[in-house]
Amino acid sequence: MNVLIDKFDVFAGGFWLTLQICILAAIGALILGAIVAVLRISPVPPLRAVGTSYVNVFRNMPLTVVMFFAAFGLPALGSNADFLRIPVIDSLFTRLGTDLPYFRFALIALVLYTAAFVCEALRSGVNAVPAGQAEAARSLGLTFGQNLRHVVLPQSWQASVVPLGSVIIAMIKNSALAGFFGVVGDLSATADQLTGAEGYAFVPVAIGISIGYLIMTVPLGALLDRIEKRQAVAR
Amino acid sequence: MDDVTTGEPLIVLDAVNKWFGPLHVLDDVSLSVGRGEVVVVIGPSGSGKSTLCRTINRLEPINSGTITFDGQPLPAEGKPLAQLRSEVGMVFQSFNLFAHKTILENVTLGPIKVRKEKPAAARERGLALLDRVGIANQADKFPAQLSGGQQQRAAIARALAMQPKAMLFDEPTSALDPEMVGEVLEVMTSLASDGMTMVVVTHEMGFARHAANRVIFMADGQLVEDAPPAEFFANPRSERARDFLSKILTH
Repeated sequence: MNVLIDKFDVFAGGFWLTLQICILAAIGALILGAIVAVLRISPVPPLRAVGTSYVNVFRNMPLTVVMFFAAFGLPALGSNADFLRIPVIDSLFTRLGTDLPYFRFALIALVLYTAAFVCEALRSGVNAVPAGQAEAARSLGLTFGQNLRHVVLPQSWQASVVPLGSVIIAMIKNSALAGFFGVVGDLSATADQLTGAEGYAFVPVAIGISIGYLIMTVPLGALLDRIEKRQAVAR
Repeated sequence: MDDVTTGEPLIVLDAVNKWFGPLHVLDDVSLSVGRGEVVVVIGPSGSGKSTLCRTINRLEPINSGTITFDGQPLPAEGKPLAQLRSEVGMVFQSFNLFAHKTILENVTLGPIKVRKEKPAAARERGLALLDRVGIANQADKFPAQLSGGQQQRAAIARALAMQPKAMLFDEPTSALDPEMVGEVLEVMTSLASDGMTMVVVTHEMGFARHAANRVIFMADGQLVEDAPPAEFFANPRSERARDFLSKILTH
């Protein structure tokens, strides 16, 4: 088990990189997922079709395949995803700005894939708001956007929080795939490096990286439990 | 109440048809409602009376025919439709108050967001309206804390806050406990005598008798009778209306 102590800095570095991917991917997926959800409930049929197609494609495709498309498809199209080299943000999340594009590719795949699930979690919350309230808002003359902003979304939020949390936990675990698509130094790539190249025993290393993931997921799960209990009391 | 204002009618339905799948829920319905007129729509369940009410502010689109409100055909969608809806108050069977907002916020949301009124002015007018429907002391409570009758009166105040040209009532007392029906009908009766144009779908025959200018009887999607209440209740012309009245008035 000495590897946990001897290579603590490697584990810590892997943890930090995975955390960075997850923070960025969660922000991206929440924003994109919200946009897709608005498309899916919009009164305009073509927009609904776009939203529905998006969910159908990305919810039903294995993440591995999405990662393949991002890591091999984007370069084939001549893109290094340089639009993600966002000033200021790339000084905090340094990998965004590196010349090797695989961090950005993995991020894109994770965001595209997770957004489909975020959309559905948000939509389940919207469906939990009684249809009569949206109808009442419409009959007052509120537009679709005002209806969402002032009536539907403030109430759907409560019903969405717990399923959204589950989606984000799943995303944190899914981020482990990034290490196999060229992202050097995240938690899963760290395991590969320590056991493969440096010859450490597998089990202690696996325990080490598991602890890394659990540090991210367990508190999030506990937080969700608390939110759920508080909602149950408030009802 | 007897002298209905003349001139151009406010609401005109002309040969309106609507299908829910194979179900012909509105069958060639034509109807006009004058300004200041109170029209009560009655009929057996499934006769299309709620749907009729909901087509007037286009909560239900129609398949054929035309509906005009205040001389203008109903807009199909978008901003013009929202604008039309802001001029037609609607009261629902299940109140449909916004559960996350206080009673006063329910009443002021439309004026502030749709009419762009100043919040302070909207609140002042909202409180006056709540006072008018007798629940000013509930202004800061949430809908779930009120009784059904109070919630429905709040919903009426919310609709009135938009200063609508007409009010639609879709079975406003059907979800209420019996002892609360009276307080809601009282508010509606006072609205009617103030000259509000109203279309009321209801099973309250007492209200139809004393507050309506006309009673519309619907069955199977068709408008079967259209008569002043005294005449309708004393001498229904159609077999179906006689049958319907015998079922509800004998108990």
